[in-house]
Amino acid sequence: METVLKIDKKDNLVTCLRAVKKGETITVDGKSITVNQDVPQFHKIAVENIAKGETCYKYGQVIGKALCDIKEGDYVHVHNIISAKDFTA
Amino acid sequence: MKIKGYKRENGRYGIRNYLLILPASVCASDTAARIASMVDGAVAIPNQHGCCQIGEDYLNTVRTLVGFAKNPNVGACLIVGLGCEGIQANVLKEQIAESGKPVESIIIQEEGGTIKTIARGTQIAAAMARELGKQNKVEFDISEIVLGLECGGSDPTSGLASNPTIGVASDKLVELGGSSILSETTEVIGAEHLIAARFKDPKDSEVFLEMVKAVEAHSAASGNDLREGQPTPGNKEGGLTTIEEKSLGCMHKAGHSEFTGVLKYAEEIPADKKGLYFMDSPGQDIDSITGMVASGAQVIVFSTGRGTPTGSPIAPVIKITGNTGTYNNMIDNIDINAGKIITEGVSLPDMGEELFDLMVKVCNGEQTKAESLGHREFGIYKIGYTY
Repeated sequence: METVLKIDKKDNLVTCLRAVKKGETITVDGKSITVNQDVPQFHKIAVENIAKGETCYKYGQVIGKALCDIKEGDYVHVHNIISAKDFTA
Repeated sequence: MKIKGYKRENGRYGIRNYLLILPASVCASDTAARIASMVDGAVAIPNQHGCCQIGEDYLNTVRTLVGFAKNPNVGACLIVGLGCEGIQANVLKEQIAESGKPVESIIIQEEGGTIKTIARGTQIAAAMARELGKQNKVEFDISEIVLGLECGGSDPTSGLASNPTIGVASDKLVELGGSSILSETTEVIGAEHLIAARFKDPKDSEVFLEMVKAVEAHSAASGNDLREGQPTPGNKEGGLTTIEEKSLGCMHKAGHSEFTGVLKYAEEIPADKKGLYFMDSPGQDIDSITGMVASGAQVIVFSTGRGTPTGSPIAPVIKITGNTGTYNNMIDNIDINAGKIITEGVSLPDMGEELFDLMVKVCNGEQTKAESLGHREFGIYKIGYTY
């Protein structure tokens, strides 16, 4: 079983198929990435730097936008990304 | 492929043979439940509405009650009305009778109270149950099956393993001439462009997109942010971050088939136009399943990442998870583990075949875990005020 799953070429987020510890190295598309925080099983890691406001991709589709600058290897969840849709508008 | 079940008067086929005790309103629900408890093979639904509703809410409730009675898993129906409620028993009776199945009604205010209604209702129901008991199963083609596609308590494994597995089974059923229903309008937000592109008729695609816009507009008009409720705390704990991510996983249940049409909540699926449908419903599991069963689904397949026990009063609900940990944790409730795709490298086509085979067995009478534990959750979608 792979450690992480990248579903689509366009994705800048991957899914951890097991819990990953801070400091572990994961390999995505031949690139080694050091994981910056502990990440629970099935949660996500950024595999590129994503600037505040930029789009986050999974399934090759938009799943949200960055609330702050996200670094490669960062744990990505509700603390640093949000839905790209504004339902109050 | 052939299934064995019960032929109904209108040419449809049931895979169960229930006697439905149908309360016209919340005021009759307790009495209906007591009648059902007296008669073998009878089941009552806990109707929470049926009075002081107007417009779309009134229509939603009528369609759901009539749809439950007309579902081919129901062989006969006894309506229990209070007498003065907004949804009158005779209105329901007239619409249910269109299916040709036996339908009777009893009114609490006319009978003279709870005790007399239970006594008379039990006499009527017991006679109906004896008639149903005489029916034998007959062979019918699998193209008569309508499958409801549900997911709830999702986590990221739902989009990776269990929903794609459901998609394989749904595609196979549609290819064999049967029908499937995808629902949960809230949970297509962020994936609506992908679904909209799959309708045979561009007009249906427009209707579908209007349904999605209506949910967003309703949320905005109420001054609330839809993101407060979606994803749910459990979705987030499991690793789903945004509504878009959840929706993109949810839509895998519908496989890759073309969409044949769009249904309103609890609208009857056309008998002469089979295929994959989208039904307008909330993301709340019970309201969604109730709507699909009212549309005519005889069987539901329900994927869950976090685990859920729920069933339906008249349709078997097959539980599938993509999370092996959840399968082991809630093995009393979950029928099939698609987590094997992740943990054991089982292929998606093989997993889809395993689910399809189980669905056929369930259609032929095998009990699901939700059935064996007597889970009969029921809820009607409600849009606005009760007046």
